[in-house]
Amino acid sequence: MSLLAVDGVTVLRGGRAIVEDASANFERGAFVAVIGANGAGKSTLLSVLAGLLRPDQGEARLDDRPMADFDRRALARRRAYLPQNPRCEWPLPVERLVGLGLTASLPAFGDFSPAMRARIDRAIHDCDLDSHRLQPATTLSGGELARAMLARALVSDPEVLIADEPMAGLDPRHALDTMQRLRTLARSGVLVIAAVHDLTLAARYCSHILALRQGRIAAHGPMAQTLTSGLMRDIFEVEAMVQGQGDAARVDFTASPQG
Amino acid sequence: MTRAAAITLIAALGLLLLAAASLAAGSVWLTPSQILHAFAADKTDLARLIVVELRLPRLVLAMLIGAALGLCGAVLQGLLRNPLADPALLGISSGAALGAVIAIYFGLTAQFAYAAPVLGLVGALGAAGLTFLFGRGGTLSLILAGAAVSSLAGAGLSLALNLAPNASGAYEIMTWLMGSLTDRSWDHVILAAPFMVAGAAILLTTGRSLDALSLGETQAESLGIDLNRLRLLVLIGVSLCVGAASAVAGAIGFVGLVSPHLVRPFVGHQPSRTLLPSALFGAALLTAADIGSHLLRYNGVEIKLGVFTALLGAPFFFWLVVRLPRTAP
Repeated sequence: MSLLAVDGVTVLRGGRAIVEDASANFERGAFVAVIGANGAGKSTLLSVLAGLLRPDQGEARLDDRPMADFDRRALARRRAYLPQNPRCEWPLPVERLVGLGLTASLPAFGDFSPAMRARIDRAIHDCDLDSHRLQPATTLSGGELARAMLARALVSDPEVLIADEPMAGLDPRHALDTMQRLRTLARSGVLVIAAVHDLTLAARYCSHILALRQGRIAAHGPMAQTLTSGLMRDIFEVEAMVQGQGDAARVDFTASPQG
Repeated sequence: MTRAAAITLIAALGLLLLAAASLAAGSVWLTPSQILHAFAADKTDLARLIVVELRLPRLVLAMLIGAALGLCGAVLQGLLRNPLADPALLGISSGAALGAVIAIYFGLTAQFAYAAPVLGLVGALGAAGLTFLFGRGGTLSLILAGAAVSSLAGAGLSLALNLAPNASGAYEIMTWLMGSLTDRSWDHVILAAPFMVAGAAILLTTGRSLDALSLGETQAESLGIDLNRLRLLVLIGVSLCVGAASAVAGAIGFVGLVSPHLVRPFVGHQPSRTLLPSALFGAALLTAADIGSHLLRYNGVEIKLGVFTALLGAPFFFWLVVRLPRTAP
């Protein structure tokens, strides 16, 4: 039994299928890169997987139970979700922002328990934010904010982490750091599903790949077998060279077929 | 002691002092001992009459309404993540005023005592619903929707003036709209308090959700917050508070706008921690403004409460407008 699955999922918007008949299973410990051209349906599929969007047809399942059956808070305790370019709208101190990840576990009254405080401390430390603990989140740099948001997602010890382009706007070092963190997380048994634009990073760090083409799943499988020049041509409509494996993998786009 | 606890305590102490001053000040000045004795005196005593029957209900109303408006402002700013949100700017106060005016000046209150707060509540609900519905596209659209709803309610009020049975009726509506607590009695307290207490109780439950909303709507939803339920709770809570407040005191603006800003830096900007101190600050602000309207007279004419809050609030609003481009997301 898979931890997370979508079965025949179709999402319509204005009569057009954004995601069409998507079926896939995801196991614990996998780090899945969701790739595809702009508008291929990546964000929509991730929203369905996170249980935030109910598909028009089909369903998403967690532990073989339909997402729709889960209580919002129960679901929030098991999966974390990071949207594209997450922002903090008030100048909250970083430790408060990270603590918001525990919202679904808080008792009706009262503040964080000592155990929760320890989890916040650990998440802050793991994401390299110790020196920013009390800094207002609105004054963080892009990379720092991305780390703070990741800490916010990790603080609840989720079984599933779904992240929509967690590397958007990050410089190379912070992008590498983030991928490293997500891989470590996956290796500890968490299912990580992330939309990734940088295919070389995806090839080096992710264990699986799910490629979307015009709302349909074009390919889904282990990285080494699935990521091929043929697939790149198919979903991005450009010529690509896929070389090497593991940490030496590289994906280079060479030319568009017309040009 | 944390800064949040300190600011709450300071606000509470300040409120207490202002409350004492409010009982003492007026055309007849009373000493603290006279005030204390007034509570024990028998019913015919003049000091007792002044304190218990005239000043105390007025003070209680000022504190209740101020607290309710301060709380509404804090909750609305948290929900909309918008530092300009306030019952008056969003048109909710105008809607409530329209409902209350209809009830008061077209004789409905004579048949049913609760007609004013109930119609105030209906007006507030309608106005807030419209503003929320049309103002979903960010700060600008929200403020524009609030302005549109305000003008709509304003048109309704003008129509009420237009159709007022006689000139004195129209004058009464005008002065009532300025907002005042003069000559309010315990009857008014009994009329408005249940609505405001119920509204405040609803609003105080929203703190956790408002905190999560700091991360935006998608993340809040992913953290288990039911946004539709939250919006509905805020809509009902704010309408109960503002509807009842407008029904007994007319239109009082700016308290809801100013109070949350005064406390926010002291509570680490966390929305849930803004609620209670903001209510206390609102109560203190309105009590202070009401003392002003006890004392200041021009040629024997009382300066209305709403005039005071607007005089205090408008410069603050200018300050916010100047400062906003730098801080708004």
